[in-house]
Amino acid sequence: MAKGIRDKVVILGMGCTKFGERWESAPEDLAVEAFTECIEDAGIEKKEIQAAWLGSHFDEINIGKGGNFLGAALKLPLVPVTRVENFCASGTEAFRGACYGVASGAYDIALALGVEKLKDTGYGGLPDSPAFGQQQAMIGPNATAPGMFAQLGTAYSAAYNVPMEKVKEAMAHISWKSHQNGANNPRAHLRKAIPVEQILAAPMIAYPLGLFDCCGVSDGSACAIVTTPEIAKKVKANEELVKVKALQVSVSSGEEAMYTDWDGSGMLTTRRASSEAYKEAGIKNPREEISMMEVHDCFSITELATMEDLHISEPGKACDDILDGFYDLTGQIPCQPDGGLKCFGHPIAASGLRMLFEMYNQLLRRWPEERLVKDPKFGLTHNLGGVPNQNVCSIAIVGL
Amino acid sequence: MVGIRSYGGYIPRYRLNRMIVFGSMGWINPANMLNAQGEKAVANFDEDSVTMAAAAASDCAAGFNRDLVGGVYFASTTAPYKERLCANLVAGALAAREDVRTADFGGGLKAGTSALIAALDAVSAGTAENVLVSAADSRLGTMGSVQELMFGDGAAALMVGDTDVIAEFKGSFSTGHDFVDHFRGSEAKYDRQWEERWIRDVGFGQFIPEVVNGLCEKYGVAPGDFAKIIYPCYFGGARKSLNKKLGLEADQVVDNLQAVVGDTGTAQPLLMMVKALEEAKPGDKILLISYGSGCDALYFEVTDKLHELKPRRGVMGSLNRRADLDNYAKYLTWRRMVKVDTGLRGEEQKWTRWSLMWRSHRAMLSLEGNKCTVCGTVQFPPQKVCVNPECGAVDQTEPVVLSDVGGKIASFTSDMLAASINPPAVYGSVNFNGGGRYIFDFTDCTVDDLAVGGPVDFSFRIKYYDAMRDITDYFWKAVPAAEGAE
Repeated sequence: MAKGIRDKVVILGMGCTKFGERWESAPEDLAVEAFTECIEDAGIEKKEIQAAWLGSHFDEINIGKGGNFLGAALKLPLVPVTRVENFCASGTEAFRGACYGVASGAYDIALALGVEKLKDTGYGGLPDSPAFGQQQAMIGPNATAPGMFAQLGTAYSAAYNVPMEKVKEAMAHISWKSHQNGANNPRAHLRKAIPVEQILAAPMIAYPLGLFDCCGVSDGSACAIVTTPEIAKKVKANEELVKVKALQVSVSSGEEAMYTDWDGSGMLTTRRASSEAYKEAGIKNPREEISMMEVHDCFSITELATMEDLHISEPGKACDDILDGFYDLTGQIPCQPDGGLKCFGHPIAASGLRMLFEMYNQLLRRWPEERLVKDPKFGLTHNLGGVPNQNVCSIAIVGL
Repeated sequence: MVGIRSYGGYIPRYRLNRMIVFGSMGWINPANMLNAQGEKAVANFDEDSVTMAAAAASDCAAGFNRDLVGGVYFASTTAPYKERLCANLVAGALAAREDVRTADFGGGLKAGTSALIAALDAVSAGTAENVLVSAADSRLGTMGSVQELMFGDGAAALMVGDTDVIAEFKGSFSTGHDFVDHFRGSEAKYDRQWEERWIRDVGFGQFIPEVVNGLCEKYGVAPGDFAKIIYPCYFGGARKSLNKKLGLEADQVVDNLQAVVGDTGTAQPLLMMVKALEEAKPGDKILLISYGSGCDALYFEVTDKLHELKPRRGVMGSLNRRADLDNYAKYLTWRRMVKVDTGLRGEEQKWTRWSLMWRSHRAMLSLEGNKCTVCGTVQFPPQKVCVNPECGAVDQTEPVVLSDVGGKIASFTSDMLAASINPPAVYGSVNFNGGGRYIFDFTDCTVDDLAVGGPVDFSFRIKYYDAMRDITDYFWKAVPAAEGAE
């Protein structure tokens, strides 16, 4: 039986740029900015990095294909660079590659970096891209990301018989909470607190999602350097170390898109990946044991459905937990303490590493008091790429 | 006995009140006030002659085994392609056999009846069985023109066969005249016409009597013998004097639908024929006349099989399924008569991969999925490995056509971000009745018409138009089903 990744890898250092509309910055600038912070934190030299994994999603703009971008941007000394792309899980996939490289014993120290430069298309929203192949490009709906995720709302409301008004209210609370958290975070893209009334009155983007139900489209980069616990203890003697507890990925089987039994109200992949991750991390009751989360709130409805898919809220009861403040910064499991995709921003392949950056710094108590989560033990990050009926879910759990 | 076995009609849902057009464009041609009465039927932004012909054809073929169809003829003067046989698109939308005889008819407005005569001749000769003729047009007049007001969009289909014939074909008489009252050059988007008085007095005034008399002499009948006489002509005064000249009573003359549809070109005589059949009784003699570059006159006699044909949407059903298009600029946008802003997102490339399309043409044109022969799971697009997580059988499938099974809405949205000339883009997940699921664009509706669990039908529509390469691409969309429909 597979033993899993638990406690085999330590995060030696992390870096993250300010996310946002970085009109002045090329992707190379963003990568160097994140990497510089990361390697200083790690306390090693560049030549000690033996392998690198690079996450980037869009081919149409951004950095092109292959691993060359990272080798050239950071001037890595001819080490292996593997580019990974797995929708919004690309950053976590880069991290997973680096962790597995170290855990296998193939490398002592590895780098994972995600970068995405989205704001060069000339229009709002994500770049238009045939994400599911040429046939679907020809016959699939004239859809965008908000429209595909919006359907979670109509399906959720129908599946659990929760009135749309209540779903909208819970969605507004989600966005309100993330704006509160983002406002306190100097690296976040959107830094303004927004009243619930304004969120509910916002123009409709894709029914039932209004403007404030949609996350920011941002440029940014985040990265991590990972190593073995033995090396970490030498490099960072007498310091707290953040260990990897679980890394899981789940990919849609076609069932959601084609098999009639799925009701469209949540993600089968998240349900599977989270169950596997809890097992890997040795967590029996996630509602009691998870201390904090950064989840994939590309849209407020995604966060709502994810609270149930992670087996934390009971099926059909996420709205109640959300409106009770269970996921607020002062609640039992603070969700999106850094502002989330909603306000920190969402440069696709950087997001997974950005989430880990927040968990890492929370665990090491590096933030100002007002941003700190109480007594964190396990931090969970979650990415959901693609669209609800054809998606990739990644989950990471880190802890001390 | 050779004749018509079935009929079908299609008039698009949207109707433009002619006073709205006049309100915007009357300033340039105040005399058009006389033509600004009633409403015209307008193809939706995702409809054209091919999709309307497909809709009429599927109405016509409803209730028949699709493998019966041995030929598909398409008639139009507004085909989206000069080279690419549109009849194959209509046959594809019908999920017809691959060994059907297909042909496009065009050129003049009498192409609809020319196709019908060709079908009747083929069936009479025994070289084809059950030939389905579908005619459609969506002709354009320039802004402010008479034609803009008088033309309407629509389609009609007739299936010709030699069994269970509802209207026996007795004979025909044709003329061909290079009488250029209307024309469009090979590059032209808009109709041009010569002086109306000449069209009225020489065109309709002489050519209609010429074929009526020619047919009556040929078959030894008189105009008074016909229960119904069909001829297109939207000049009210000219119709009156023609009726008088031919000695026709008011109840013999089939209404030309000018007040509610407009002149539908090649489809016009066939659409009036469908209306006549909807109202006919066994024993009625019908004279069907087309006009345009000459005339065809066809003589039918209704049989007692008429009442055995199951009711269909036809003309009356199409007329009842209506919504106002209360915006002239939207009409211009839908017909690509003006350039509108769809944002930079709307400028992204659309690629039509023809080899891919040929490989998947049964899925793309006929909405054909497959069914696992091990566990019975239906899936779309067709899969090699069964999607049922409990099954997973490999390559054990049979094709299943899903275009006529209907479905239920599983989720939906209305998207303002997607680039469209008709925003918002409305789409959602649909469960096919009998299993299988796909995410479809919705059309002929707004988000207010949708609810999870609501019934939908599928309609063959334009999927996108690639202006750079002049490619009109087609696929199926979901339309909320009429009330009470399953």
